[in-house]
Amino acid sequence: MNAITLTDVTKVYRRYSGRQFATLKSALLRRSLLRDLSPNETFSALTNVSFTVAKGTTFGVIGRNGSGKSTALKVVAGITKPSSGRVDVTGRISALIELGAGFHPEISGRENVFINGIMLGLSKREVAARFDEIVEFAELEDFIDAPVKTYSSGMYMRLGFAVAINVDPDVLLVDEVLAVGDEGFTHKCLDKFGEFRRQGRTILLVTHSLGLVERFCDEALWLDAGRVQAQGDPRRVIDAYLAAVEKGEDALLATTTAKAVAAVSSAAPAMPPHVERRTEHVERDEHGARSTENAERSPAAEPQSKLQNMFEAVEGRWGSREIEIADVALLDRSGHPSFVFHSGDPMSVRLKVTAHAPATDFVFGLSVFNADGVCCYGTNTFIEEMDPERLEGTVDVTLAIDSLDLVEGTYKIDVAVHTCDGYPYDYHRLLYTFRVKSRTPDVGIYRPRHSWTFSSGVRFKPAKPQQ
Amino acid sequence: MFANLRQLIRYRGLISSLVARELKARYRGSVLGFLWSFINPLLLLAIYSFIFTTIMPNRTEGLQPYGLFMLCGILPWTWFSASLTEAGGSLIAGGNLIKKVLFPAEVLPIVSVLANMVHFFLALPIVAVVLVAYRHWPDPGGLLWLPIVVLVQLVFTCGLALVLAALTVHFRDIRDILANVLMLWFFSTPIIYAWFQKEMAPYRPLFNVNPFTHLAVSYQEILFFPGPFDHWRWLLALGAASVALFLAGYWLFDRLRDSFVEVV
Repeated sequence: MNAITLTDVTKVYRRYSGRQFATLKSALLRRSLLRDLSPNETFSALTNVSFTVAKGTTFGVIGRNGSGKSTALKVVAGITKPSSGRVDVTGRISALIELGAGFHPEISGRENVFINGIMLGLSKREVAARFDEIVEFAELEDFIDAPVKTYSSGMYMRLGFAVAINVDPDVLLVDEVLAVGDEGFTHKCLDKFGEFRRQGRTILLVTHSLGLVERFCDEALWLDAGRVQAQGDPRRVIDAYLAAVEKGEDALLATTTAKAVAAVSSAAPAMPPHVERRTEHVERDEHGARSTENAERSPAAEPQSKLQNMFEAVEGRWGSREIEIADVALLDRSGHPSFVFHSGDPMSVRLKVTAHAPATDFVFGLSVFNADGVCCYGTNTFIEEMDPERLEGTVDVTLAIDSLDLVEGTYKIDVAVHTCDGYPYDYHRLLYTFRVKSRTPDVGIYRPRHSWTFSSGVRFKPAKPQQ
Repeated sequence: MFANLRQLIRYRGLISSLVARELKARYRGSVLGFLWSFINPLLLLAIYSFIFTTIMPNRTEGLQPYGLFMLCGILPWTWFSASLTEAGGSLIAGGNLIKKVLFPAEVLPIVSVLANMVHFFLALPIVAVVLVAYRHWPDPGGLLWLPIVVLVQLVFTCGLALVLAALTVHFRDIRDILANVLMLWFFSTPIIYAWFQKEMAPYRPLFNVNPFTHLAVSYQEILFFPGPFDHWRWLLALGAASVALFLAGYWLFDRLRDSFVEVV
């Protein structure tokens, strides 16, 4: 038996863009009252959405912002009517869309509980019977007679949640409200949901918390731009959703990078002053290194100087352009340009380099910075003791990283081609952005390949199956 | 529409608790609290009496004591005008409810009207006190009509409140227009003057078109003028018209209902 059935539901919102400044007076003057009242633009928040939620199951709806999730919930709740299609819900509904939406700030929590309860469909007597439970759940015993305007936002939300959850609904609609309380309260809410499930009630959950959907839901639905993209097993739906999110991020990073590159190639001074300083600095380094000829070069020397420069980290591009980096691509495992990588994936950085005249003194370098501007890694062909011999024409230079052992985050890279003593031909500073994704929320910068071993006496519960 | 109207009766618990909340919240935090429901009309009475008995005295035969005469019209007017003003903004003020909770929107303007009706009722004892003070005894048979006048005014005001609330959502200008229209309406209704004054004779047909004339005259006849209540034909006609207005207003409200969620 189905608790919620949506059949081919379409919800069209009208945009009254022409009405923005129209007033009754002007509408009357222009005799356009009727015309102005009719929409001139429509926006489809839901398009032919059909799904059923079986009684007693927990159903998750995921999707990006503006994908129609909340509209779907409102349609189920009956707050808005679908433009076409059918919505059937059996049983009493309680919608946790905005907690404490009906609270009046001037009157006490106690009075608000009663009125809110009545608004949600209880009788006065029913509220009275549940009153103690509500107050206890909200943990507001000491404040229940104070006016609601004196409540903190957390108290307000807790009270709103406590009333809504005690309405005894057969169908509970939840819109992203678990983010309100502290950790303890969130657990309490989740426990309450668990209790609802055991009692065989139906929960429709709209959330951005994929973990919650994975943990709690029997079935999931992914909406995008008002259309159903996937439906079924939560794990599978979430994976499909994440893949799409990655794609979107990829496109976003691509445009960010393209913009950054376009901005500097149009209006960058060939040699910003701080670069001169940097050059001197490197020269001094190099001078020391050179003078002792075979002395061990510190492989960290170059990255360290970059690290110092990090504090004046502005993206940009400079250099004489005798040798030019025409294009930079980050390639994934299969050699396709990409901006989103998974921790541990291989990544290649491919530079298209054009030497306008044959050159004999050149160094290719690359550094990776995290969002805080910390240099995660930097290297160049000089510190790796590759002696330049000749460069001419247009060439590909590829640095292949077998395993991108970084934690989740956004990273930027510098690429450069310069002479052995640091004179820049073409230096691209922080122009290229990529994102590393990870299922594990570990911290730091570097994720070494690792494993745990335990002697007997330590036991963990078996891990949940992951696909 | 009629199914929704039936629903409205089911919501009476909600309506009554919202009215109670409105009344409680209004004076919460003020020192005198509910006393303001008495003080406000008293002050109004004092101001108007001072103006029309001292500054610009109205010495019309038959309107004495003038303060009492005026009070009979001004209290229902206050109920009427405050109701419409509040109802006009009620859907916008209650936007959160309409958008986030499954909530019957028509309850909001009706609550505005009812809350102001309670204020009107609370002010009625003042009329009684003034009547006793002047030893001005109304006709007991006429007094029986009082609940009917109140009922007619209630239906009339609710009908208008529904229309205004629904339209104000779409045209916020109505709130400002309304304030001015109410001012004009007040002065074109026989409240501070009597409709039988000879200066008003040329405008008699216009007075008859103004629905509030018949309400004001009814209150005045019942509470102030001696003799039996003989404006009842007009009152009953207005009653019938009010029912029609209420149904029309409800129909309009119902038609626009789905747009509230989007526009509020």
